[in-house]
Amino acid sequence: MSFPWAEHYTPKHPAMQWIDEKLPLPRLVYNAVGAGYPVPRNLNYFWNFGVLAGLALMIQIVTGVIMAMHYGANTLVAFSTVEQTMRDVNAGWLMRYAHANGASFFFIVVYLHIFRGLFFGSYKAPREMVWLLGLVIFLLMMATAFMGYVLPWGQMSYWGAKVITGLFGAIPVVGEPIQTWLLGGFAPGNASLNRFFSLHFLLPFVIAAVVILHIWALHIPGSSNPTGVEVKGPQDTVPFHPYYTAKDGFGAGVFLILFAILLFYAPNYLGHPDNYIEANPLSTPAHIVPEWYFWPFYAILRAFTVDFFFVPAKLLGVLAMFASILLLFFLPWLDTSPVRSGSYRPTFKKFFWILIVDVLILGYCGGAPAAEPYVMISQVAAAYYFAHFLIILPLISRFEKPLPLPNSITEAVLGHDAIEGEREALPGMGSDPQPSHAG
Amino acid sequence: MAIVEHLESEGASVSDGGGSDGVRRRDFINIAAVSFAGVGAVAVVIPLVDQMNPSADVLALASTEVDLSAIQPGQAIKTTFRAQPLFVRHLTEKEIAEADKVDPSTLRDPQTLEQRTVDGKKQWLITMGVCTHLGCVPLGAGEGENRGEFGGYFCPCHGSSYDTAARIRKGPAPKNLEVPKYSFTSDTAILVG
Repeated sequence: MSFPWAEHYTPKHPAMQWIDEKLPLPRLVYNAVGAGYPVPRNLNYFWNFGVLAGLALMIQIVTGVIMAMHYGANTLVAFSTVEQTMRDVNAGWLMRYAHANGASFFFIVVYLHIFRGLFFGSYKAPREMVWLLGLVIFLLMMATAFMGYVLPWGQMSYWGAKVITGLFGAIPVVGEPIQTWLLGGFAPGNASLNRFFSLHFLLPFVIAAVVILHIWALHIPGSSNPTGVEVKGPQDTVPFHPYYTAKDGFGAGVFLILFAILLFYAPNYLGHPDNYIEANPLSTPAHIVPEWYFWPFYAILRAFTVDFFFVPAKLLGVLAMFASILLLFFLPWLDTSPVRSGSYRPTFKKFFWILIVDVLILGYCGGAPAAEPYVMISQVAAAYYFAHFLIILPLISRFEKPLPLPNSITEAVLGHDAIEGEREALPGMGSDPQPSHAG
Repeated sequence: MAIVEHLESEGASVSDGGGSDGVRRRDFINIAAVSFAGVGAVAVVIPLVDQMNPSADVLALASTEVDLSAIQPGQAIKTTFRAQPLFVRHLTEKEIAEADKVDPSTLRDPQTLEQRTVDGKKQWLITMGVCTHLGCVPLGAGEGENRGEFGGYFCPCHGSSYDTAARIRKGPAPKNLEVPKYSFTSDTAILVG
């Protein structure tokens, strides 16, 4: 793990030496997020979002465990215990608003983290496993967020649960038994609420475990960087601590300021008023929408309105929605360009920004009512989403002429002349032509 | 340990030396033990999975009685069957005529009004109030609700429109509103389920 020039953990205090012999946990931390982990010296602020996602997960676990202390997972009392938490429990309103908005912030930083990876080619060899584990975390987050939204047992909770479990009903033959099995009844009810609560409590800890695997897989090749050029020697790296603990600390401060602004001044901005009405199985809200972070996928789901080759529209929508995420698992093998960073890929860069706009359009349509022109716009945008990954990206990789890469990270940071001077000082630290082993 | 190794090497040499692919007693015991443990593991998974299925108290509420006497032509009521909405509609002559006018072969889910009602009780349209797309409750059973462009039911979630026989005519839903199993217990009462 890591580079040969990584600093070694040498505890000086006898107590720390004693611990290191018995259980080298401080050594593990030192090598993972301390001075023992060399990181490229040129990381920009887009590299903050991994740590910020970890911070968001911690906020969710702490506020969530507290919320669970005041919650009753039973359809008779669920809605009122949440209201009681808001009105009667000391600082209960703060815990609930922090938890609800914390989920949104978790998704914001994870989406930025994913787009960082998409632009800078972080999914490419040798970091495919990091990308794949990240997608597993993303799927677990979506399942957790969905089940958490059901727990307050408001109108959106109930109807969201009905629509999402209805997705499984679209599967031929086995769909309906699966749906009944998931819900423990013919419609969302007490059995569904209880199991969702149980799993909503469990999954964040599963996420935490996969995060550990994600970081473990990252630390084998080491962090990527904005140039996409591999680390060549000690001059290209700085120790994680204090350099990036400081940089991440600054990012965390900005994150918490923005979080506090939403939390204290507009805590219901991202919520739906309908969820303050208790669940009513006999009345559907006029406009069922999931939380904003599911909107792009919801738009893809609704984009299919006609049957196609005997496959019902409903099944097509469900398949397309799942495919839109599963597709990302194949990304490391769809983008065959050996150049990682979008900064050196002029054509890729243009299409990357078109993809971002496309996803934003899908998101807007997913939050809009199921009427024209939104349906038609989401059809075009959904088609483009798939075309980007399946057609455009492989073609760009084949025909694009990338810009010349810097010879090393240090050269990219200090410029060519400075590196010449540094090379004289450090004989034997020559640079290989790029790309060295990718592709 | 030494004895085991001795036996194993002896067994191996016997089968190797003989050139036959005979099964050793140890292989048999090994396969039998692992298979038995596998069967046991599968047997344990069955209750772990089955506990998620509807429980007896949920299944006990599986039938519903409805009194039709107060429902005037053109009116509909919403009640529940298996914790889901049930629509009971008293069709007018005009609505029946509109439903019969449609050629079933042009429909997404071809059915006539006769096939969707009980013989001789064509005016009573009893369907689940669950959109076949993703399970929302369509509008149209209540007074003054939007009944969509085909005069039956309209699902506000994704815009599916049903006609006066609750057949899907427009939108993403793949099927007509489901007609549950029911029977008339008298002229003005039905038992659903």
